[in-house]
Amino acid sequence: MAQQNGMVEKRGAGLWLTHLGLIIGVAFIFFPIWLAFVASTVEQQQIARPPMPLLPGDKLFENYARALSAGVNAPVAQMLGNSLVMALGIALGKIAISLLSAFAIVYFRFPGRKLFFWLIFLTLMLPVEVRIVPTYEVIANFGMLNSYQGLILPLIASATATFLFRQFFMTVPDELAEAARVDGAGPMRFFFDILLPMSRTNIAALFVILFIYGWNQYLWPLLITTDPDMNTIVMGIKQMFPSGDDTADWPVIMATSILAMIPPVLVVVGMQKLFIRGLVESEK
Amino acid sequence: MATVTLKNLRKSFGKTEVIHGVDIDIQDGEFIVIVGPSGCGKSTLLRMVAGLETVTSGEVGIDGRVVNDVEPMERDIAMVFQNYALYPHMSVFDNMAYGLKIGKTPKSEIETRVAQAAKMLQLEPYLARKPRELSGGQRQRVAMGRAIVRKPAVFLFDEPLSNLDAKLRVQMRLEIKALQRELGVTSLYVTHDQVEAMTLADRMIVMNGGVADQIGAPLDVYADPQTAFVAGFIGSPPTNFIEPALIGQTGAAQIGIRPEHMQITQSGQVEGSVAYAEALGAETLVHLRLAQGQMITVRQDASHPIPQEGDTVALEWAAQSLMRFDQAGKRLAD
Amino acid sequence: MEKRVTFKGIWLPILLVAPQIIITAIFFFYPAGQAIWQSLYIPDPFGLSMQWVGLGNFEYLAGDPYYRTSFITTAIFSILVTVVSMGVALYLAVLADRLIKGSGAYRTLLIWPYAVAPAVAGVLWLFMFNTRVGVVAWYLGVLGYDWNHVLNEGEAMGLVVVASAWGRISYNFLFFLAGLQAIPKSVIEAAAIDGARFWTRFRTIVWPLLSPTTFFLMVVNIIYAFFETFGVIHTITSGGPQQATTILVYKVFADGFVGQDLGSSAAQSVVLLVLVSILTVVQFKFVERRVHY
Repeated sequence: MAQQNGMVEKRGAGLWLTHLGLIIGVAFIFFPIWLAFVASTVEQQQIARPPMPLLPGDKLFENYARALSAGVNAPVAQMLGNSLVMALGIALGKIAISLLSAFAIVYFRFPGRKLFFWLIFLTLMLPVEVRIVPTYEVIANFGMLNSYQGLILPLIASATATFLFRQFFMTVPDELAEAARVDGAGPMRFFFDILLPMSRTNIAALFVILFIYGWNQYLWPLLITTDPDMNTIVMGIKQMFPSGDDTADWPVIMATSILAMIPPVLVVVGMQKLFIRGLVESEK
Repeated sequence: MATVTLKNLRKSFGKTEVIHGVDIDIQDGEFIVIVGPSGCGKSTLLRMVAGLETVTSGEVGIDGRVVNDVEPMERDIAMVFQNYALYPHMSVFDNMAYGLKIGKTPKSEIETRVAQAAKMLQLEPYLARKPRELSGGQRQRVAMGRAIVRKPAVFLFDEPLSNLDAKLRVQMRLEIKALQRELGVTSLYVTHDQVEAMTLADRMIVMNGGVADQIGAPLDVYADPQTAFVAGFIGSPPTNFIEPALIGQTGAAQIGIRPEHMQITQSGQVEGSVAYAEALGAETLVHLRLAQGQMITVRQDASHPIPQEGDTVALEWAAQSLMRFDQAGKRLAD
Repeated sequence: MEKRVTFKGIWLPILLVAPQIIITAIFFFYPAGQAIWQSLYIPDPFGLSMQWVGLGNFEYLAGDPYYRTSFITTAIFSILVTVVSMGVALYLAVLADRLIKGSGAYRTLLIWPYAVAPAVAGVLWLFMFNTRVGVVAWYLGVLGYDWNHVLNEGEAMGLVVVASAWGRISYNFLFFLAGLQAIPKSVIEAAAIDGARFWTRFRTIVWPLLSPTTFFLMVVNIIYAFFETFGVIHTITSGGPQQATTILVYKVFADGFVGQDLGSSAAQSVVLLVLVSILTVVQFKFVERRVHY
């Protein structure tokens, strides 16, 4: 790309205009985040009397400490922990069951294989929001309200990851499985010694996508975690608003918002290459 | 080391039979090449010996034991694949050691055997590398090393040289032959390249449409092909096939004669005009057009004069070099 | 597409698919079936028994002015979110594509919003436009514009659209940038030699070549606006004022959990199910085509 740009490349004024355009764009994208950060470093009074300052204050540690330890309904540290369990549970759980079932449908012929394939295909179509009321009833009947299982299980009941792994397994040369058979590796040995290490990049890319998907869930935890101790951070923020918003504790709410962003932002920015790859692959 | 026996071996995919009954007794230490055009069933035959394809009917025996239902690893075989099938995430050492590790060979023994194989194949400097960091020839050697360390009773090669360039192919061919001599392991080798077949084989199986047309030592097959297909497939340039009437023959559907068995003379059994001549240095290929428009190739030594294009010349041959075939392509007695 | 090589065995593969089968059956097929079943019944006033009403719930929905309004709201909302977020993303992607150096740095900055949950995005935008403390609302006041999305339906819609579109810019930007970088530079250079200026080149060459990406993003963004914006709406407006921002997904939630009208909520779920199936089929049809070249 870079080396081919040649004559359409912009120089001088045009180049600066391009940068200017991008900087304006980035500023627009970042302004809400910046403002939240500023709000999380000042005192409540500075916000309550608008306009609030646009540069950070000196109450950063105070506000974050208050949020983490006390919060409004539950300490934010607790909610962060819940979110982490939920996001990891969804990401790892979905990857594990999808790897196994994709392995089965690609490398075995068994009765019901076609049926199974079409059943999981159907699940691609329905986001949890559509079947929300009956799913809630199922969880309630199992006594899984306010539990990690309840938060995690319904969200791994979809086949996107299975499809992705199936796609990848199909590209693994047949000769590798044959060589493994000649070497004396049984199916599970082949799976763990060869298929799994070869899928590393795909697993990591999918992990990024699923972690963010799990972390950012809102409606589902809102429904099934009535106990503040089980709240996840993303849904917990809204619970921090009092009925009338004049007494909202903005510095703590904004500190919580920033805390809610940090883990997924770190994952996305830190694993940028894998993330972009995962994004593009999972939409194929 | 072992014998390999195929008894009336057949294979069907669905209702289509692709191997129509192959029989051969392979001696201990023999190098057998299965050769034929693509789609003739040669790879399927090999994969049945390996245990990668099921046997529809008949028997595969290794060292006197029927192994039709035995898993590949328990057949005591090792296989070299066309695209090498190296495990991409493992080092050269681990690729070679993998089968031994599964077989619970003691660690010291694994190290000794891999070291030996690496030395034999000049792979010692590359043991820590991943397959993608190797050249084509080196990958090929790793694939062979993986087979050698197992000390199997039988080596199976599935077109192992077809992904290499021409020069490397010749070199690796010689290495494989030397290695097999040294180790003395019974080998089955599949190729579509008749030069590989001629140079490597103790005996070769020429496959055509799922049938073993002929089994024999390379020079015997060359000198005495049992079918028109074998006559045409083995030898380069290929055998000329001529209408019997054209040269005053009867009682055969077609006559075959090898390009090297004809001489251009002033007066001979048949006349033709020179279409073009390819001078290759040591030899010259002269392409002639006979009266009825049929093309014929003559191969002559560089010591002979090269005829001009358009010249009319005559051809002659020794009567015993004619090969007579019936309607079905079977060789007729002379 | 099938593998030539398979392993033997029947119980092992069944064991391998079992976890997914069980989880999918309990948490997907059973609830989806329930939704369809419930959509054909209404509970009696005491919630003790269910009464079969056939398609009654659907007929009721068809005649319900609130539901029809919600349909229109959803349509307007989805189109606006899609247009706004794709427009901004395309603008940024075109600029980033013109850079030789430094586009990676902008990309790193621009992917942040993807990581921000819709509900958190809602809180951020709510904070800026809060009628009492919001900075933007305050400056608008200084300029003489009295912002009040709590009362003004248009402003409420505008706010949820911008907050929803904001979170989606990263995603669209990445796909547009990838699409732009996939266009062979020689084609654009040829046009430049032919004398086409930037805007002409964009209109006549880049935009047509980008159309597969654009179409794909349109479908994906509409699905996003339909389902994943619940968090934005719940945090900013709770569907108000006067249901001006009650999109279909929000209404399923509001009627099912807040209003406890299970029959109607289930019927709405089924309608959504049909809608999302259509969108998914469109997407797959398109993806099929894309895979082919």
